[in-house]
Amino acid sequence: MKVTFPHMGYLWISLKAMLEYLGVEVQEPPPTTKKTLILGSKHAPEFACLPLKLNLGNFMEAAEMGADTILMAGGCGPCRFGYYAQVEYAILQDLGYKYQLVVVEPPEKHISEFLARIRYITGGRPWWQVINAIRFGYIKARVVDDLEKMAQWRRPREIIPGSTDQAFSAALQLIIEARHPRDVPKAQSQGTQIMNQVQVDERKPVVKIGIVGEIYTLLEPFTNLDVERHLGRMGAEVNRSICLSEWINDHLFMGLIKGTRSSKEARRAAPPYLNHFVGGHGQESIGSTVLYAKQGFDGVIQLLPFTCMPEIVAQSILPGVSADLDIPVLTLVVDEQSGEAGTITRLEAFIDLLNRKYQQKEVLA
Amino acid sequence: MKPTVGIPRALLYYEFFPLWNVFLKSLGVSTCVSPCTNKRILANGLKNSVDEACLPIKLAMGHVIELCGKVDYIFLPRIVSVAPREYICPKFLGFPDMVRNAVPNVPKLIDANIDLYHPRSKAQKNLHEIGKLFCSNPMRINRAHKTACHSLISFKKLLQKNILPEEAMEIMACKESAFKNKHCNYDSNGPTIALIGHSYNIYDQHISMDIIGRLKKLGVNVVTAETLPEETIRQGATILPKKLFWTLGQQSIGSAIHFLSDPAISGIILVSSFGCGPDALTGELIERYIHGTRPIPFLKLTLDEHTGEAGVITRLEAFLDMVYWKAG
Ligand code: SF4
Repeated sequence: MKVTFPHMGYLWISLKAMLEYLGVEVQEPPPTTKKTLILGSKHAPEFACLPLKLNLGNFMEAAEMGADTILMAGGCGPCRFGYYAQVEYAILQDLGYKYQLVVVEPPEKHISEFLARIRYITGGRPWWQVINAIRFGYIKARVVDDLEKMAQWRRPREIIPGSTDQAFSAALQLIIEARHPRDVPKAQSQGTQIMNQVQVDERKPVVKIGIVGEIYTLLEPFTNLDVERHLGRMGAEVNRSICLSEWINDHLFMGLIKGTRSSKEARRAAPPYLNHFVGGHGQESIGSTVLYAKQGFDGVIQLLPFTCMPEIVAQSILPGVSADLDIPVLTLVVDEQSGEAGTITRLEAFIDLLNRKYQQKEVLA
Repeated sequence: MKPTVGIPRALLYYEFFPLWNVFLKSLGVSTCVSPCTNKRILANGLKNSVDEACLPIKLAMGHVIELCGKVDYIFLPRIVSVAPREYICPKFLGFPDMVRNAVPNVPKLIDANIDLYHPRSKAQKNLHEIGKLFCSNPMRINRAHKTACHSLISFKKLLQKNILPEEAMEIMACKESAFKNKHCNYDSNGPTIALIGHSYNIYDQHISMDIIGRLKKLGVNVVTAETLPEETIRQGATILPKKLFWTLGQQSIGSAIHFLSDPAISGIILVSSFGCGPDALTGELIERYIHGTRPIPFLKLTLDEHTGEAGVITRLEAFLDMVYWKAG
């Protein structure tokens, strides 16, 4: 058995750590590229959202490298993600791939359901080992998130262009290489050190942008055309409304780990604009925008894949939030045709707008 | 003076109007339905929605706008779920909020939740919330609810006799006489085609370019999911590897599977709207299932605001040629 799973940002680092710790052989898909996209969109339904197409491409590429079992998350709607696995599997079967499919449905009531499913994949390892493995994966996610936050702060302030990203990949490599939970703290402190060596101009004025939207698009740089890096280079400090570890905690651990930012807070901030959950992260997108406005951010960018239903609801409502709370919002819809050049132009225009507003504020103050 | 409640002729109107209408009327409210879709309604809907929204949502927006200024309230319940562990579509969950944001000076919205997701939730309780707006006597609300349910049952019975929703409503309004005249339209000797798609697409004459009427004029019998009992549909959908969590998706898949197994059906047309999320997946599953089981003439039509009538007619004709050719 060689297990693979779809890419979603740095999720693979956590999953690989967890599975390998349990003695499962892992073949993560090669990094998502144009080729992945072409493969996926060729066989996926035309109006499926981009993540489905990329998942499919990931699985096809992983199969070439010997993967034979797919580990995939499920869901109970109303967003389409909950039925991805079944549709992807049907397509792969018709194409003649000999995959085994294991779907981990999110626990409806209690974390024990989640544990039981993980244990099933690993052929009945002892509980303590399963729990340790999950903890291992989670710690890695936390560390990666922390490093990313450092990068988000440094990018707009770096003195040597590109030095943040260089440091970030070096630091990330250390985390990836940690084989055992007890190695993580050391990797983290070394990684942090590397990040701290990036020279920055602390007094440089930067605009602050919050990023909201659909989780996959948010976490997967290939899909969002690397918005965060572009924004950083244009002098914007970015804050992303959902991080990997928060998502794991909210969705798989049912918020068991206290003291971290939770999507509950964002949902609570959504009324009166959006008074009900709409699946996915639609309500969180509205709520986070409200929170960013209150925290004095200069602007918000919403990211969504074409035809994503919850985010279309949010998109329809954001103009009202933006006008009410006086915070500019830019919506970027991505699909397989989105080009990097066009996106950069739009980001630049948006930052110009924010800078003008920022200067006005300064003058008035 | 009696308050007037506007009901948009959109979305689940084609499935639940008799229930809503009778319920409201029994509480002493007058109701007003937006007119059949026309160019103006569609244009208003398009103008006031984000580009990315699907056609039915844009259209519903147009119908809401049409009612503005004419009514005291707009009936726009937040339809979360109409069956246990199932949803309609995320956009239904957010629609009242989308309207509030897009339509300035919109009349007061009746946007109570209709949410039967939890197996123990009761439709009656949901309607009670709405009833309380107009009536303080719980007994009277209960009675209104009962009458409304009866009316929905009669409506569904008419639909199962293969009468179109709008006609069924007419029949219910003016009783038997109309029924006799209408009924003789059906059962031609031509082939029978299954038309699968959301009710707000296939029964809206403007949006669907009157596919049903056209087919009938060409001597074809048309059957839809609404002509089947609910159990048949649910039974059909059980072939899926995992229960589908969209009620409308179940309707499409379940009915497609049933029709496919019925030798009297000579072809299947699948209608969906541009940008429909659930259909992107259910349509795919249906198509794969059809290819894998019974090679039957199959046509997939995607409706959008730019669909040209000519193109649709050509494709319908080609499809019918196939049907006749296969029938020998
Ligand atoms: S089910 Fe499809 S057509 Fe209906 S509202 Fe949702 S996305 Fe639009």
